[in-house]
Amino acid sequence: MIEKKQLTCVACPKGCEVAVEFEGNEIISIDGHACPQGEDYAKEEVVAPTRILPTTAVVKNGSLPLVPVKTTKAIPLEVIHDAMSIIGNIEVEAPIKMGDVLIENILDTGADIVATRNLARQI
Amino acid sequence: MHKLNKELVVIGGGPAGLAAAKEAYEKGIKDVMVIERDMELGGILPQCIHNGFGVHHFKEELTGPEYAQRFIDDVAERDIEVKLNTMVLDVTKDKKVYAVNKEEGFSEIQAEAVILAMGCRERTAGAIGIPGTRPAGVITAGTAQRYTNIEGYVPGDEVVVLGSGDIGLIMARRMRLEGADVKAVCELLPYTGGLTRNVVQCLEDYDIPLMLNHTVTEIIGNGKLEAVEISEVDENLNPIPETAKIIKADTLLLSVGLIPENELSKKADVVLDDRTSGPIVNEGRETNIEGIFACGNVLHVHDLVDWVTQESEIAGDWAAKYIKGDYKRSGGEVEVKAGENVSYVIPQKIELESEDRNRIPLYMRVSTPLTAVDVNLYADGEKLYSFSEPFAKPGEMISVPLAQKTLDGLDDLKEIRVDIIEKEGN
Ligand SMILES: Cc1cc2nc3c(=O)[nH]c(=O)nc-3n(C[C@H](O)[C@H](O)[C@H](O)COP(=O)(O)OP(=O)(O)OC[C@H]3O[C@@H](n4cnc5c(N)ncnc54)[C@H](O)[C@@H]3O)c2cc1C
Ligand code: SF4
Repeated sequence: MIEKKQLTCVACPKGCEVAVEFEGNEIISIDGHACPQGEDYAKEEVVAPTRILPTTAVVKNGSLPLVPVKTTKAIPLEVIHDAMSIIGNIEVEAPIKMGDVLIENILDTGADIVATRNLARQI
Repeated sequence: MHKLNKELVVIGGGPAGLAAAKEAYEKGIKDVMVIERDMELGGILPQCIHNGFGVHHFKEELTGPEYAQRFIDDVAERDIEVKLNTMVLDVTKDKKVYAVNKEEGFSEIQAEAVILAMGCRERTAGAIGIPGTRPAGVITAGTAQRYTNIEGYVPGDEVVVLGSGDIGLIMARRMRLEGADVKAVCELLPYTGGLTRNVVQCLEDYDIPLMLNHTVTEIIGNGKLEAVEISEVDENLNPIPETAKIIKADTLLLSVGLIPENELSKKADVVLDDRTSGPIVNEGRETNIEGIFACGNVLHVHDLVDWVTQESEIAGDWAAKYIKGDYKRSGGEVEVKAGENVSYVIPQKIELESEDRNRIPLYMRVSTPLTAVDVNLYADGEKLYSFSEPFAKPGEMISVPLAQKTLDGLDDLKEIRVDIIEKEGN
């Protein structure tokens, strides 16, 4: 059965409305995207949606109690909650530099958890 | 009192202030001071830990702290003086800046040019008059963001969000991810105030209900929030009593709008626009007071930091030109008018003459959402040019790069008007 879905591309803040026609995992047509990224997004969104996860991790001896972190690439939406509980269980020692890898290959997604700011040690 | 002179003083060390300072420095102004009241640079960005910044400017998707870090590094690499933990208390129209901090006490800084980059503040419960008590647990979404992302405590377990601005949407997801039960996001209007992508990835991804045409009609609780009453509204935005229902909640997040922070601007006799609550500016982002410029959220509330950066580079560039005496006022002023379905346009006037300019970026918002629109520009009633967009929403600013050459030769031009209307033949 051919299905139709109206998506909002979230690959960038422009937020194009993209219309997709698909049958099972097969894409039949994509329309409304202003750039090629929108096509990739629509394909993925129909087959297996993924998202970047931004959150925070607890810091030990830091000038602030938390450091913001993110996944280095989008991970499946369905594992977001599992990833949250793993990140919720770590404690990172300051000082921290932006880009420091705090968890490698989380849940076998191929994405690392990296710090998104510099954080000094508490003085 | 400490007295000193500076070529350029930038008030506010958020993305706007940092980009403006860097740009002026690059254009030859080496005696620059950035004054920031907080303990670190970056403005609101360090608490905006989500991704979605920089897609236009850097062509990659960054989080708020990462976007801020690039500009913090840019400023650190240059010989730009930064004063942290320093509060500006007053600015005069002859460009004296009065600031105070612990180490140096009170200072008077005589500047040749001043850039206002103080950002904005959130509307609070007091500003929106919901009936009922004001128990603990009623907080602005930005305050909740600061608690959750910087200070490390999640302010509640059962949450209702009032207002569908971006901060509200982002915080609905954030609190859900931290384990809170986010029961609903209520929006008074029939459409959201935030970016569509935030509706998708913050609400739809987590099955958080978005209740359009709904508002909070009563806040219930003594000392601590216990519940809120929400009701549907009719087309005149009046609550319909029969639709009222009670939702148990210990936290009500308010995401009901941002107001440019212009207390200081007023002290310098800067004239504000009722529609933006920010200064009226010309194309150099210069206010009615010569040599005082404004950019970022203090000028008008932005949804994307990328435009803040672009606008701040414009302000920094013209502030440098002003200090070097590199431009003159044309004498004739062209009014830029918000026409049909346009709520405002920045700049509000065009009046500067300069050699090295090829375009004048106009920033605007529509009043009501439309799909398939024509953006039409008129010069004294004559169509200048037009282009189409697939959609236009009040929550998403539109940038129109008006080419200088389209204005050349239009000597007695009085007015540019922009209409954003349904596409012809649609
Ligand atoms: C919650 C939230 C989510 C957002 N999400 C996105 C997004 O996903 N993508 C995106 O591109 N943009 C987003 N934005 C928009 C973007 O972050 C803002 O537009 C941008 O930060 C505005 O920059 P600014 O420098 O004008 O203001 P601010 O960042 O507010 O900086 C103003 C600075 O001035 C200082 N200041 C004020 N008064 C004084 C004084 N008297 N003396 C000294 N210093 C003073 C303040 O302390 C502050 O540091 C978001 C904004 C918010 C609030
Ligand atoms: S299709 Fe391209 S331009 Fe449109 S929202 Fe997606 S990434 Fe942005």
